[in-house]
Amino acid sequence: MSGNATREKLLEVNALKMWFPIFRGILQRHVADVKAVDGINLHVYRGETLGLVGESGCGKSTTGRAILQLYRPTAGQVLFQSRDLVKLKDNDLRPMRRQMQMIFQDPYASLNPRMTVGSIISEPLEVHNIGNKSERLERVRELLRVVGLNPYFINRYPHEFSGGQRQRIGVARALAVNPSFIVCDEPISALDVSIQAQIINLLEDLQEQFGLTYLFIAHDLSVVRHISDRIAVMYLGKIMEMADREELYRNPMHPYSQALLSAVPIPDPMVEEQRQRIILEGDVPTPVNPPKGCHFCTRCPKAMDVCKDNEPEFRDYGGEHFVACWLYQK
Amino acid sequence: MGRLLDVKGLETRFFTQDGVVHAVNGISYTLDEGETLAIVGESGCGKSVGVMSLLRLIPQPPGKITGGEVWFDGKDLLKISDDEIRQVRGNRIAMVFQDPMTSLNPVLTIGFQLSEALILHMGLDKAAARKRSVELLEMVGIPQAANRLDDYPHQFSGGMRQRVMIAMGLSCNPQLLIADEPTTALDVTIQAQITDLVKRLRDEIGMAIIWITHDLGVVAGLAHRVIVMYAGFVVEEASVKELYGNPRHPYTVGLLGSLPRLDESRSHRLTSIEGLPPDLIDLPKGCPFYARCHYRVERCANENPRLEPVGPGHRIACWVDITKFRQTGNRAAAEVAQ
Repeated sequence: MSGNATREKLLEVNALKMWFPIFRGILQRHVADVKAVDGINLHVYRGETLGLVGESGCGKSTTGRAILQLYRPTAGQVLFQSRDLVKLKDNDLRPMRRQMQMIFQDPYASLNPRMTVGSIISEPLEVHNIGNKSERLERVRELLRVVGLNPYFINRYPHEFSGGQRQRIGVARALAVNPSFIVCDEPISALDVSIQAQIINLLEDLQEQFGLTYLFIAHDLSVVRHISDRIAVMYLGKIMEMADREELYRNPMHPYSQALLSAVPIPDPMVEEQRQRIILEGDVPTPVNPPKGCHFCTRCPKAMDVCKDNEPEFRDYGGEHFVACWLYQK
Repeated sequence: MGRLLDVKGLETRFFTQDGVVHAVNGISYTLDEGETLAIVGESGCGKSVGVMSLLRLIPQPPGKITGGEVWFDGKDLLKISDDEIRQVRGNRIAMVFQDPMTSLNPVLTIGFQLSEALILHMGLDKAAARKRSVELLEMVGIPQAANRLDDYPHQFSGGMRQRVMIAMGLSCNPQLLIADEPTTALDVTIQAQITDLVKRLRDEIGMAIIWITHDLGVVAGLAHRVIVMYAGFVVEEASVKELYGNPRHPYTVGLLGSLPRLDESRSHRLTSIEGLPPDLIDLPKGCPFYARCHYRVERCANENPRLEPVGPGHRIACWVDITKFRQTGNRAAAEVAQ
């Protein structure tokens, strides 16, 4: 990955925090915060796919939403094409939204059941005042063809489609305004295995065809490894490790990445017989009150005294292999 | 090892307003004592209904078991009286369900729910049942088991709840544990904890397991034998090594090809199975996989193939010998056919 120096960073996130306040009592006093995203750094190069992987509740979806300013972050910077989205006012943000779109997890909940497929896909065009009515109609037909649906379906409703087809509609809606960056928030986890492969292939084709940049959020490490160029591993509001996909797989440095990789089952009995699993004890702590030092220290098989009180720095250990762990920090 | 379970031509239908749903269409398989059998398939393929039918847990109406025999311990479970089947359920054959939140009663304590089966089936008194409950919770690795007995399900995390479900399943020393997607709702590190636990308990207690899942990854490290289901039919049955090393049914080949693997050396295009499974109300006359199959021939459209042996312990339901197309591994073969 020596070409990184010359590649353009489309998105850069610095010290991003997204806390949700908790109010209690009659006076609704602010008593605590859910620290869903607790200070993360990441960057995405133009034209690549960055996979963001982690277990449920680790804050990966919140990260995606905070980047797109669907939630206004508590602190930090989100530089998109060198402009800080966090500082932009809503009115200035709207034109930026043409550049960045989202594909949602649940294809059953993310499409309005009372709208036809045509009006769902053309809605972003109307919001951004693109084209007149007949141009928009033509664009919708074209988009349906692009995602592998019959343009003849334009007047049908979402309930007439299967899960995989609905997800294609969601993809068409995201593509409508010609974005350069798409956040894919677990786009395939609600689908059956054979349908998942259809959607993965579609996303890969579209990336090649339109030069798209993806932030691909998923809990399934096999899928993330398949589709991503680089991977970031998240745990309890923090990014633990970020590296090139092959590098992360061959040389996972963070104990959490090591455990996660060893826990993923591989569909091959010969391989499974040979494998040694690192079984993590216990459960993820609550993000309201995360451990003071490294967020992983309560479950880490290699935890040391220093981990309990001091937070490790997220550092580059060469070749853009970032790790936040005291094992490597002297 | 002796034969534990023998299912012959099991057939389950649901009579709905829209028509008759052909959920399970004459499936046959056997299970030996201490064996782990995985039933694999996508949603709606009849894998859950298939095992629920074994214990007659199908809601009637609209459901009805319309044919077949289920031989367990010298009795046909489909023919015995309601009282007799109640002696089997939870006692000889136990079940663990997918979603540990909805399968535990939220208003009763864990201790109450655990001792219920012990009092009912094992004839223990309340104090003895409570003592045994603590042992069971300890066995499945719940810390401070004695203190947690009076907790309610919502006070446990997802992985812990699934451990409670497994403890409940094992409470009466069943000969057969049926696990219906027990790890699907869990995170991958928790999934590893649970599969590890089940493997350990299996080796300690020596019970047989039927493990239902859509995840071919989990199966690889756990099962001895695998059954692949599609549209209510068994389309392939083989030992776990044979199934992954030498899959013979086009659907199995497609399913394996559509899985991204963590250990793949280079990114390749996934061989997705185009199209959708058939409508179970209106099943095609021929092979149910006909419309999505790359290897189909004319005969497939009109005649549904029976499950026939193609090797030792290996049976498939397919008219075509796909080994003829195989050159350099499964994925290449599927691509050639495309």
